[in-house]
Amino acid sequence: MAQRLVDLLKNQFALAVLETYAQHGDETVVLDPGSWHEVCRFLRDAPPAQMNMLTDLTAVDYPERDPRFEVVAHLYSLQHGHRLRLKTRVGDSTGEDVRVDSIADLWGSANWMERECFDMFGIQFVGHPDLRRILMYPEFVGHPLRKDYPAERIQPLVPYREGINNEKLPPFTAFEGMPFGRQTHQQSGPLGNESDPELFPEALDASQGRNPEA
Amino acid sequence: METQDLDLERSELELDAEPMFINVGPAHPAMHGTVRCQMELSGEVIERVDVQVGYLHRGFEKMCERGTWTQVYPYVDRCNYVSPMLNNVGFSLACEKMLGIEVTPRCAYYRIALGELARMSDHLTCDGAMAMELGAFTPFLWMIKGREMIWDIMEEETGARLTHSFGRIGGMASPPTDGFKETARAAVAEILSIVEESERLLFGNRIFLDRLQGIGKISAEDAISLGWTGPCLRACGVPYDVRKAHPYGRYDEFDFDVPVGSEGDCLDRFVVRIEEMKQSARIIEQALKKLPSSGPINVDDPRVVLPPKEDVYNTIEGTIRHFKVIMEGLKIPAGEVYSYTEGGNGELGFYLVSDGSGTPYRVRIRPPCFLVTSGLERVITGAMVSDVVPCFGSLNMIGGECDR
Repeated sequence: MAQRLVDLLKNQFALAVLETYAQHGDETVVLDPGSWHEVCRFLRDAPPAQMNMLTDLTAVDYPERDPRFEVVAHLYSLQHGHRLRLKTRVGDSTGEDVRVDSIADLWGSANWMERECFDMFGIQFVGHPDLRRILMYPEFVGHPLRKDYPAERIQPLVPYREGINNEKLPPFTAFEGMPFGRQTHQQSGPLGNESDPELFPEALDASQGRNPEA
Repeated sequence: METQDLDLERSELELDAEPMFINVGPAHPAMHGTVRCQMELSGEVIERVDVQVGYLHRGFEKMCERGTWTQVYPYVDRCNYVSPMLNNVGFSLACEKMLGIEVTPRCAYYRIALGELARMSDHLTCDGAMAMELGAFTPFLWMIKGREMIWDIMEEETGARLTHSFGRIGGMASPPTDGFKETARAAVAEILSIVEESERLLFGNRIFLDRLQGIGKISAEDAISLGWTGPCLRACGVPYDVRKAHPYGRYDEFDFDVPVGSEGDCLDRFVVRIEEMKQSARIIEQALKKLPSSGPINVDDPRVVLPPKEDVYNTIEGTIRHFKVIMEGLKIPAGEVYSYTEGGNGELGFYLVSDGSGTPYRVRIRPPCFLVTSGLERVITGAMVSDVVPCFGSLNMIGGECDR
């Protein structure tokens, strides 16, 4: 069933289809990033395909490969009951400025999944209506699911947010709110900004043995 | 979770009448996951809304990349913590698909029986909580009483009430207990009577029906485009159930129906869950009939299954085999798989990438809740503030699964 679809794509988009294979019964098509949106639109609208549901969209980081990230989408057709996995490979080893076309205008489900993908991998979806972080907070530094993001990295504490109705909250200092157990913020961590007096004024005072209240 | 930049037009007056800006959650009792809704109101009508998730993000997908494949189980337990057994089964099936092994019949039926019990507990919690949020406290207590019976069975079988970590690649942690069939039969009959009592309480109640009928409507096209699956999609009249459309395990041998709604409103979502519990009871009854009372529960495959304890203590081969499975982790051949099962809230997918070592390269959990919650914005825009509660309740957003 899905094999017919792969053949159709190969005929229709001979230049865009870089590679096809099947594993464990999942037909996979690797696409050129330039025609990502075009092929997705074709698969959604063409009568033999009618993939009306984007079940999943995510990415995988392979730091040692040259196009570093694989953006993986799983499509499903309720009418025909067939599934297809689409992939495209983007980004270089630096991981900066990774771009792929957004497909949020084709499927509503792409909106949040692309936001999550951007949040976790730092992939820019060009044309996304509202590309913000979704699971992490805006001050978060880095993209946690990248392989070069160490799992034990300490994030800078978020300074007091200026905004609506925040008078009730106590201002956060380095020793309030988020105890990290054995680790302290006085050592120079992987971020290198732990001694920044703007972010951690209390930390500096404590490291010099002074009580800020005294 | 990043806040949207809402540029509110501020008037010269000290009190802004329109638009009014209201913030529900993340610690609001009606947001029984952890979700924040920033809403812009005109009178009592919601003009714009920004749904923010992520308050329960614990980085499971990152943590999965550090341990062995078996050590993923505790994390998937904590995804949908109302029906953890379904997550266990889903992850087991994904790994078994990659390994190319098929479990024994006893294990397959045992998984189906436990999984359907978990589905009943999921739907009981959702419907009960929904009724409670609309002021009907008694059905909530009754349904939680029913859930308690399921959790007692789970405790008897697995040793834990909530986070079982009971699935294993190639089988289950232990075979069914001797009294499993009787206790399960008795509990299912009792739960069905509880569900019918709750139905009688609620469906004759004008207030309850008025709060749900025609509220939170969504069309089937919108729901499909948003990637909705499970009871929420079926309430729109789309009969898509992974158990029927792509039978996994041994679901193709079972006789059950897929209840669908017609309107796609909150009441349909409520009723679809009620009806699914009755179908689950049918499946459990058939599964208990088919479940053999003896036979192996785990596959006979030394690559994946731990040897029996007497071998570990008495033979060098058993010790080495145990050591290798525990210390190195079982080896899943390099490759990738997308495996999907019907979870409590819809299609629960696992996209696994293995590099052939004992550690997962990437574990992507495709949470049904995440996409259902992404539709909340469309469902409540244009509705009244009081409609947020039944709409949110009927979507059954589970924070652990949505945020992972």
